[in-house]
Formats: sequence, C-alpha cells, structure tokens
Amino acid sequence: MNSNIPQSTSAEITGTLQLARQRIKKRKALDRLLFLSGLGALAIAVSVLIILIGSLVATGHSAFIQTYITLDLDISERYVKREDPFKGQYRNIINEALLQQFPGVTERSAQRQLFSLPSPAAQYMLRDHIASNPKLIGNTIRFAIPVSDPYDQLNKGLVLRETEEQNRRLKQQQINWFDTLDHRGLISNKFNWNLLTNPDSRFPEVAGLAGAIMGSLYTLLICFAVSFPVGIGAAIHLELFAPKNRFTDLIEININNLAAVPSIVFGLLALAVFLNSFGMPRSTPLVGGLTLALMTLPTIIIATRSALKSVPTSIHDAALALGASRQQAVFHHILPAAMPGILTGAIIGMAQALGETAPLLLIGMNAFLAAVPNTPIDASTTLPTQIFLWADSPERGFISRTCAAILVLLGLLVSMNAIAIFLRQKLEKQH
Amino acid sequence: MVIALLLLISLLSLVGYLTNVQAARLMRQREIRPRGMDRTYGLHALLTIALPGITIMCLWLLLGSTVVQWLVFSSLTENEISQASHAELSIIKAEILALSEGRIFGDPQQYKIVAANRLNELQAMGDILVTVCIVVIGMLALVLSRRKVATGFTARPHVESIIQKMMMLCSLLAVVTTLGIVLSLLFESLRFFAIVSPVDFLLGLNWEPQVAMREDQIASNGAFGWLPVLLGTLLITLLACLFAIPVGIATGIFLHEFAGKTTRAVIKPTLEILAGIPTVVYGFFAILVVSPAMREAARWIGIDASPNMALVAGLVMGIMLIPFISSFTDDALDAIPRNLRDGSLALGATRAETVIKVLFPAALPGIMGAVLLAVSRGIGETMIVVMAAGLLANLTFNPMDSVTTITVQIVTLLTGDTEFDNPRTLSAFALGLMLFLMTLFLNVLALGFVRKYREKYE
Repeated sequence: MNSNIPQSTSAEITGTLQLARQRIKKRKALDRLLFLSGLGALAIAVSVLIILIGSLVATGHSAFIQTYITLDLDISERYVKREDPFKGQYRNIINEALLQQFPGVTERSAQRQLFSLPSPAAQYMLRDHIASNPKLIGNTIRFAIPVSDPYDQLNKGLVLRETEEQNRRLKQQQINWFDTLDHRGLISNKFNWNLLTNPDSRFPEVAGLAGAIMGSLYTLLICFAVSFPVGIGAAIHLELFAPKNRFTDLIEININNLAAVPSIVFGLLALAVFLNSFGMPRSTPLVGGLTLALMTLPTIIIATRSALKSVPTSIHDAALALGASRQQAVFHHILPAAMPGILTGAIIGMAQALGETAPLLLIGMNAFLAAVPNTPIDASTTLPTQIFLWADSPERGFISRTCAAILVLLGLLVSMNAIAIFLRQKLEKQH
Repeated sequence: MVIALLLLISLLSLVGYLTNVQAARLMRQREIRPRGMDRTYGLHALLTIALPGITIMCLWLLLGSTVVQWLVFSSLTENEISQASHAELSIIKAEILALSEGRIFGDPQQYKIVAANRLNELQAMGDILVTVCIVVIGMLALVLSRRKVATGFTARPHVESIIQKMMMLCSLLAVVTTLGIVLSLLFESLRFFAIVSPVDFLLGLNWEPQVAMREDQIASNGAFGWLPVLLGTLLITLLACLFAIPVGIATGIFLHEFAGKTTRAVIKPTLEILAGIPTVVYGFFAILVVSPAMREAARWIGIDASPNMALVAGLVMGIMLIPFISSFTDDALDAIPRNLRDGSLALGATRAETVIKVLFPAALPGIMGAVLLAVSRGIGETMIVVMAAGLLANLTFNPMDSVTTITVQIVTLLTGDTEFDNPRTLSAFALGLMLFLMTLFLNVLALGFVRKYREKYE
C-alpha cells in the first residue's frame, strides 16, 4: 500500500504512534484515577450515612418494645383507704403479689432482690390507675407492670446469661425467678407507648419523650410565629421596596453574615439579653423560640427573596397597569405566587430549628423535668436537648432510649423535608 | 395577663375596624363617596389602635418586672440590708421574689414579707395602669380614625406608609440582632477584662477557670489564658478539614462531572440527609460508635490514646462537613460557563485533564469560599465537641490526646446556675467574643471570594 514511502520513515511513524499510545494510556489512567477517587469519596460519604443510621436503628429498636409483667394485684383496704386513694401503699401491694408467685422466698435479702423486678415507677402507675377508678379498691385486678431496666435488658438479650455472675447486673437467682415467671406466661412484650406518652423519668423503663415533644412543639410555634411574618416583611422590603443605597447593602451583607454566625453565639445573646436584661423565665419554650427565631430569620429572608425574585415581573407590571398600588400588587399578586417557595424555605428553616441544641443549652432547656409543659412559659426540654440529657445518663437503658429519641427526631425531620420537597415539585410544575 | 392584654387589643382593633367600615358604608348610602375603599378605612383604624397597644404591652412585659423589682429593692437598701454583702443581697432578693409568688420557706423576716407585698402591689398597679393606658389610647385612636372617615381623608397612602414602615422595621431586626450580639458580648467581655487583664487572657498558656464562688471556699484564683483552648479548637477543626476537604471536593467533582442522571438522583438526597442531621445526633454517634472503634484501633496498633481523643471529634466533625463542601463544589462547578468545558474537550483533553487543568482552577475561588465557610462552621460547632471532646485544656497538638474547644468551654461554664458577677461566667463571654470575631473574619473572607467569583462569570 505505502510502497513509495521510505522504510525509515515508516519505522518513525510506528515509533511515534507507540509513544502516542503510551501517552494516551497514561492520560486515560489519570482519567480512571480521578473517577475512582471520586467514587471512593462518594462511597465514604454513603457508607458513613449507612453506618450512622444502621447503628442507631440496631441500638434503638429495642427501646420501642418494653417488657411487662402481669400480676394479680389485691387492692385490699389494708393498704389503700377509700377516702384517700392517692396515699395508698402501692409498693406493698405489688410486693405481696410477687411473694404470692414465690412463696418460698422468705429471707429478707432474697425478698429485696425479688422486689427489684418491677420498675420502681410501677407503684405510681398503679396509684394513678386506682385513683382514677376508686371502685377497684377491695377487688383483685390484673395489671401489667413494666419490669425494671436490668430485667428488660435480660429479656431483650442485652444482658447475657453466659456472663459470669459477678460481672452481671443480675444474680442467677433473679434470672431464675424471671424465667419461672416467663414459663407461667406472665411476662409479655408490648409496644412501648410510654416512650411517646410519658414525661422524662430517672428510670429508663418508664422515661418518655412527651415533655420534650411538647417543648419542641411550643418552641417551634413561637419560632414560626415570630420569624415567618418578620422574615417575609423584611424580604419584601429588601427585594421590592428598599432604595438601592449603602444602607440597604449593609443590611444585606449583615443578613448573609448572620446566617453563618455559630449557633452558640445566639445562645450567649439570649442569655445576656433575654434572660439577664429582660428577666424572661429560664428554660422556657418562649425564650427558646425567640432565640431560634433570630437564628432562622436569615434563612427565611434569603428563601423568601429568591422566591419573590422567581415570580415573573409581568405579573407586577400588569397589576400596576390596571391601577393597583405597589403594595396591592405585592400583597395580592406577587406574594401568593411566591408562597410555595416561601413555605419551602420556612419548613427547611423550621427543620434546622428543630434540630438545634447548643443555644438551648445556654438558656437552660436541658434541665431534668418530670412534667409535660402546659404553656410556653413552663420550664421544659426539647427533643435535641432531651437526647443530650439521655446521652449523658449513666443507666444502660438510656442508651437504647437515646437512639430511639434520635430516630423520633430524624423521623420528624425527614417528614418535614418531605413536605418541603413535595411543595418544591408542585412549584416546579406550576412554572 | 399576656393573653388577656392580647385579647383586649384584638377586641379594640376589631371594633375599630368594624366602626370605620360601617362609617364608610353609611357615607356611601348617603351618596357621599369616601376617598378610599371601606376596608382601607377599617385597616387604618385597626393599625392605629393595635400598634401602640402592642408596643406598650411589649415594653411593659419586657421592662415592667425589672423596674418594679428595682423600685422595691432600692428602697430596701436604706435600712435593713445596708451591711449585706453582694452574695447575701442576691439571696435576699431571691427570697423576696419567692415570697411574692407565694412560696414560703421557713419563717421569713418581717421586712421581706413587706417587700414581697409591695412587689405584688406595684406589679398589680402596673398591670392596671398598662391596661387603662392601652384602653384609653385605643379609644383615642378609634375616635380620631373614625372622625377622619368623613373629612375626605385618603386612607390608603397612610395605611401603606404604616405597612411600609413595619416592613422596614422587620428588615432592621437583622441589624438589631447583630448589634445585640456585638454589644452584649462586648459589654460582658469588658466586665471580664476589668477583672482579668486582656494580656493574661490573650497570651496566657493556662486555662483553669475554677473560681471560689463563696469566700469561705478554698479554690485557686483561676487562670484564664485562652491559648490552649484556641489550640484545641484549631486542632479539631484541622483534623476535620483534613478528612472533609478531599472527600468533599472529590464527591462534588464526581457528582458534577462523572455521575449519570440516576446516580445523581440517588446521591444528592443522600448528601442532603447527611447535611440535615442535627449535630447532637453526630455527637451521640461519636460516643456510640466512633469512639469505641477508634480506641480499639489505637489499642490494636499499640498507641496510647486518651478516651476522648481529639481525633474522634475531628473525624465526626469531618463527616458533618462533607455534604457542606461537596454541595458548594457542585454549585461552583455549575456556575462555570459551558463553553470552557466544551472548548477543553474539543481540543482533545480527557475528562480528568479538563477537570484538573480547566474547571478546577476556574472554580477555585468558589471552592475556597466553601472551605473557609466549612472552617468557620467547624470552629463554631458545638454539640459534637461537647459530647466527644474533653474538658481539660491541654497544650498539645497530638490528635490522640484529649483537648478542649472554645465552644465546649462556653457550654460548661454557662450551664447550671450562672451568676453574672464572677470571672468564671464572664470568661465565657470573652471566649464567645473571640469565637464571633474569628468566624466573622472567615465568613467575610469567604463571602468575598464567592462574590468575586460570581461577578467573574455573570
């Protein structure tokens, strides 16, 4: 084919080709290297998320189940007076029922070990039950009592029977009692509604999130009530009415910077101004909500401004052409059109506020409180501060409960974000 | 009280609204055209009644109890408690407050009961006065606004200018917040620097903020040199960045340049979830999983590691920062004009060469901004370090040791009962001021980078 080309040139060409091929190989290797390192980085990020969620679910799922013991309780008048059922000796009623199950236990110390089986909080549950149904006094009732934390862990397999006795939280005798009760069909597992309906407690088996959930709800309500209208007002002013001058620039730079100020600094502000200067009540959702409102404000302003910007100017112009004032054009036409975008931003801001912890620690929303707050000026905790509190507790039962509380919080956050994504998609369809 | 006042104000404004709407309607029936819509007149009455009312109410709620207490306590100092020390004084005040709320402990002295009664009387008097004030001003505003309906008053410009001013006030709130932060931090820090010299604070190598709360307690005078705390903060942030910056940038580049549509649709939400996880959850993750695993690993290698070593906090903080950096990188690459990429590919460059030699340098300012913001977030991050880092301020740069951070110190110094008169509490504000200044500097720098970058391609 190439007969008229000299031999040497042909060799040169092959040589150059070979060099070029090598170079291309190298260049392609670089391509692959970049691809693989990107993939590796991505794999790290995704696997971390999987490990995080996985470990939380693995540890936390057991807190959604609680072990109960069902006992026949003789509510005799020896222990509970009809006229004042609130002052009964309910502890004795429960202990007597346990002794009925094990009549052989007579020794004092052995009895004391047996009595540790039901939760120490059980007597109050029984008291409240009897106090609301005083007719039961004098009768025998079947009542399901949560067992105390070590037995609960035993039932869930978290306390291993194979561990040597001195390293275990339960004596062999106690495990035998528990197994005997299990054989008699008195031990049962129930869904742990207490986790959602009870306030906090020192005893993990009855501790719940009701107080924290109500506290978070009040805090978010106040945060929303302040930051939503103020944020929209500020955004409308800055986007549509403010004159373009240095002062407006200053406000804008200020808002952008405020969005990046560490949250704990807002806590310092709240402590110095709200609590110390204004004398507002400590540990309350009122102060927490106001603090978080200041933090959420930049998020809402920025989101509202971009939502307002995305509304076509023709709408504004058409309204003005028909004789509307500028405010009428804004409030009757632009704002409704921008509303889905604004709501999306507001929900994302609220989700941030729901997970915020640090500023709430400084205003004392991490106190132990065994009551559900009734108003926003009652002391209370919030979900994240409750998680922080439980994470600090030494009892083993609180580990799984902390995970469960985190799962509840993450569930709330995911559903809030899902609403935001739904709104965003609806918005995209509109335009 | 608040609810009652709010109800009162709403009732008055509602009455005002209806009165004016009715008045305008009556004019129309008499065939005199009012100069505005009925409901604009209504709105005028509503705003002129509600705004002063709400202002008075807020002022009273914010300042009322402080003023009342000041009145009572300042009348006290003259006789009974002239010799009391500062600490005793605050106990007496707390006792009187408790008495005024009806909580009686033991057998209080007579003058305390008198003071408590006086406190309650003054508070009740103030409540009545404020209520009367709101009602009188509300009525006055109602009458004035009602009389204006008939006089050919054009309501809309007035209403709109009120609304305009309200919106301007809203946008000023952000400025007020910043001012509040700066002033409160400065004020408390100055009080701190009156006790501890700024030189000792800024250059001291010893951080031991234990101070005697009472005079009979035996404790050291405390040392307030912030350098070890700063060093700990920087160490943890550095560890976090060493992990997060390469992983974050690589993820961002991969997402933007290599990932297909479906991969992107899966990965983007995953990263968003990672970004939306509250930091308290990361903190607990550090305690539950990372810390035991790292300790096990350290024992396996044979390194002596402290139980709450800096590496754990740094690593978990790094995880938190990954989605932050990757989404900023993604955005920065997105902002580069398409023709840069197309030109490079058309000249025969491979994907990797385009990324490394063309896109990355072009996006560098944006990515730098992201990195600076990430550093600022790391320095200000609180919950992860509170849960995973130590409390003692060690002057070390060893990632296996326990160090403390600015935010950890602020939280430990300010949780529990806080009295604003000892250097222990006030030092937290000095640390807060330093934290604010550091993050402000980084943020301004980062925003400057990002803005310059945007101007370049727009």
